[in-house]
Amino acid sequence: MNLWRRPLDADRVRPPRGEVRIFIDRCKGCEFCVEYCPRDVLAMSNEFNRKGYHPPMVVKEGACLNCNLCEVICPEFAIYTVPLLDEVVS
Amino acid sequence: MKVEVRTDVAWEQHPMAPYVRTERMPHVWCPGCGIGTIVKCYATALERSDIDLDKVAVVSGIGCSGRAAGYFKLDGFHTTHGRAIPFATGLALGRPQLTVTVMSGDGDLVGIGGNHFIHAARRNHNLLVILINNFIYGMTGGQNAPTTPLTARSSTMPFGNFEPPFNLPHLAASSGAPYVARWTSLHVRRLTWSIEEALDRKGFRFIEVVAPCPVLYMRLNRLGSGVDEMRFYHDNAEIRNGADTRDLNIGFHEPIVCGKFVDEERPTYDELRDAHYREVLGDEYVPAPLEGGMIHG
Amino acid sequence: MKADPAGVLTGSHYLDGDYACGEGAMAAGCRFAAGYPITPSTEVVERIARRFPTMGGTFIQMEDELASMAAVVGASWTGTKSMTVTSGPGFSLMMENIGLAAMMETPCVVVDVQRGGPSTGLPTMVGQGDVMQARWGSHGDYEVIVLSPQSPQETFDLMVEAFNLSEVYRVPVLFLMDECVGHMTERVVIPAPDEIEVVPRRLTSLAPEEFQPYRVNGELVPEFARAGDGYRFHTTGLTHDARGYPVMSAEVQESNVHRLVDKIRLNQDRIVRVEEEGINGAEVVVVTYGITARVARAAIDIARRRGVPVGSLRLVVLWPFPEQRIRELAGEVRAFVVPEINYGQIVLEVERCAGGWAGVRSVPHGGGGVHDPRRLADEIVEAAR
Repeated sequence: MNLWRRPLDADRVRPPRGEVRIFIDRCKGCEFCVEYCPRDVLAMSNEFNRKGYHPPMVVKEGACLNCNLCEVICPEFAIYTVPLLDEVVS
Repeated sequence: MKVEVRTDVAWEQHPMAPYVRTERMPHVWCPGCGIGTIVKCYATALERSDIDLDKVAVVSGIGCSGRAAGYFKLDGFHTTHGRAIPFATGLALGRPQLTVTVMSGDGDLVGIGGNHFIHAARRNHNLLVILINNFIYGMTGGQNAPTTPLTARSSTMPFGNFEPPFNLPHLAASSGAPYVARWTSLHVRRLTWSIEEALDRKGFRFIEVVAPCPVLYMRLNRLGSGVDEMRFYHDNAEIRNGADTRDLNIGFHEPIVCGKFVDEERPTYDELRDAHYREVLGDEYVPAPLEGGMIHG
Repeated sequence: MKADPAGVLTGSHYLDGDYACGEGAMAAGCRFAAGYPITPSTEVVERIARRFPTMGGTFIQMEDELASMAAVVGASWTGTKSMTVTSGPGFSLMMENIGLAAMMETPCVVVDVQRGGPSTGLPTMVGQGDVMQARWGSHGDYEVIVLSPQSPQETFDLMVEAFNLSEVYRVPVLFLMDECVGHMTERVVIPAPDEIEVVPRRLTSLAPEEFQPYRVNGELVPEFARAGDGYRFHTTGLTHDARGYPVMSAEVQESNVHRLVDKIRLNQDRIVRVEEEGINGAEVVVVTYGITARVARAAIDIARRRGVPVGSLRLVVLWPFPEQRIRELAGEVRAFVVPEINYGQIVLEVERCAGGWAGVRSVPHGGGGVHDPRRLADEIVEAAR
C-alpha cells in the first residue's frame, strides 16, 4: 500500500496475512473473486476443473490480507481464506 | 501461498459449512448468478447474530431464488409459488419464538405473491423478507417479471417490455413495512450488515437484493456475463440512505439507487393483537404460547 | 389422550352446524385457524374468532383463501393443530395448497360448507357438488380423507374424528358439510373433556442426527418433527427423498408418491365408515350422505309403506369410498338408489363398484333445495321393479 506518511506504529503492527484455499472442482468460473480481490491476488487459470470451468489461481504470493472478500462474494462456496499468524517483531 | 486442491468432499472445512447443506453442493444456480452470494451473506449475518439457529426457519417459494431454502442447514420449507409469505405467517403465528425468514424471487414474491406481500406488510407480521431481484423469471426460462425494466427483452416480451415495473422499496414502504432496504449482490459487506441489522428488528423487514441472471436476463438483453453485471453495479449503483422511495425506479441498465430507506419502529401484528385483547378481554385473554400451540400428551 | 378442557364447552346446547363445527375443532385441540369469509361457512370462524383468544388459540383472517390454506400448512409445521373453513369458490382456490399439504404430509383440516355451484352459484343455498372435487381437486396423485356429517351433533363429533384421522395419517382431512347442515340449528350435546379422545401430534423420539423427515422403514406414515426443535429438516412440494431433498427421478417419484396414495388405500378398512339400516333382506339400498340422508329417511318410510323392502347406506366417510361394501351388497340387492344434490357424483363410484351386478339409479338435484321425499320414494319404488 502507498501511504502518504509512514504510520507511527508501522514497526509494531503488520497488516494481516492470509492463505487462500480453493475447492477447485466447485468453481464455476464466474471471476468474481478475481475481479474484486483488493490486492489482485488471483487470476483465472487456464486449467480446467472436473466440470470444464477455469478455476482461479493465486498469482501474487504473500499479498493476501485475509479480508475474506473472495470468500463472501463467491456464489459457489468454493474459496476461502485462513489467517496466517504474524511473526513477533521485537 | 498454498492453493489446496480439494477433489474429495472436504466441504466441512469451509467457514460456512455449519450453515449450509454441504451434501447438496454444488447448488443448482448458474455460473455468475448472484443468489449464492446472497445465501452466503445471510449465513454470515446469522453467524454474527446471537439468534438460536434451531429456531430459525427459512421459507422459499418457487423459482431460482426459491431454491435457497434447500441449501441452509436450518428448518427449511420450499412451498408453492407465491405463497411463501402466508406460509411463513402461519409458522410465525404458530410458534412465535421462531425467527422466520422468507427468501424468494421477484416474480414469486410480488408477481403471483403480490397480494400476500402487501397484506403481510400492512399487518406488519414478524418476517424478514429477502427478495432477490434479477428482473426476470429465471427458472422457467426468462419470462417477463413485474420488475423487468421498460424496454428489456424477455421470452414473453420478445420485442421489449412495455409494462411499467414495480418500484419495490416504494411498494413495501407504502404498504407499511418498517424496514426497507435495497442492495445489490456486489455490496456484500453492506448487505450482510443490513441483514444483521434487520434480524435485530421486528415487524415486516424487507430487503431487496439486485442480482445478476447471466443465463437469462443478461443473455436475452446482451448484457454480458455475471462479472460484467457486477462491474455495472460497481459503476452505477448509488448509495443514498434515506432516499425518498418514490425516486427508486430502476430503468433498463440505468443507475440503481441502493441503501436503507426506511427504518422505523412500528407495532407488529402480534403486539397490536396482544395489546388490544388485553384491553378488551382483560384477564380472560390467554395469549398463544410462544413455543407453539401444541397440546402435549 | 383426553381433550384439553379449555376448548370444550361441555353441556347441552342449541347450535347450528357451523357453530358446532367450530366447537368440535376447539374440542379436538385445534389452536390455529386462518380463513376468509365466504357464505355459508363464515360462522365457523366467527365462532372461533370469538372463543380462541380465551384459550390460547390464534385466528387470523387472511387476505384470501390461498393465503389461508398456506398459513394453515405453515402453522401445522409448528406442531399446532390447524384448520380453515370455506365453501365452493374458496375450495377451488385452496386446492393448490391442499396438494402441498398432501405432498408435505401435513396434518390439517379443511372444512367445505357446500353451496350451489358452479362458480358463484347459490351462495346461501345448499349443494353437494364438491364431492368429486374433494377427492380429485388438486393436481396429481394423492389421497385424502373426506367426511360428511348429517346433523349439527354429528358435525361436532366428526370434527374431533377429522382431526384425529389427520394426525394418524398425516394427511389433510376435508370436511364436507352442506349449507343445510351448516345452518340448521339443533341440540348438540358436548361431553366432558375426559370423554373426548383426541390424538395428539406425535413427535419423533429420534435425535436430530438420526432423523430424516420422510424415512419410513417399511411403514406408511413417517415420523414428525416440528420447526424450531433443532431437527433442521427440509421439506418441499417437489418430489423428494427420505431426507426431504428434491430429487427428479422416476424412482423417487414412485417411492414418494406411491406411498402417499398407499397411506390411505392400504388403510381403507380402518378409515371407511358407513351407517346401515334395514339392509338385511332389502331389495333396494339408498346410498346417501349429508343432508340428503335425512330426506331419504322420509322417502324410505314412504317406500316401505308401499311395500318395498328398502335399506339405507349412509356414507359418513365419503373418501376413501366403501368399495368393498358396495361390491358385497351389489350381489345381494336388486338396485341402488343414489340421491344427491348434484348431477351425479358419488353415483359414479357406486356404479363402478356395483360392477353391473345391481342396478344403479341416480336421483340428481341441481341444488338450492333438497329432494322431495315423495318423488324420491317414487324413484325407490321404480328401482325395485
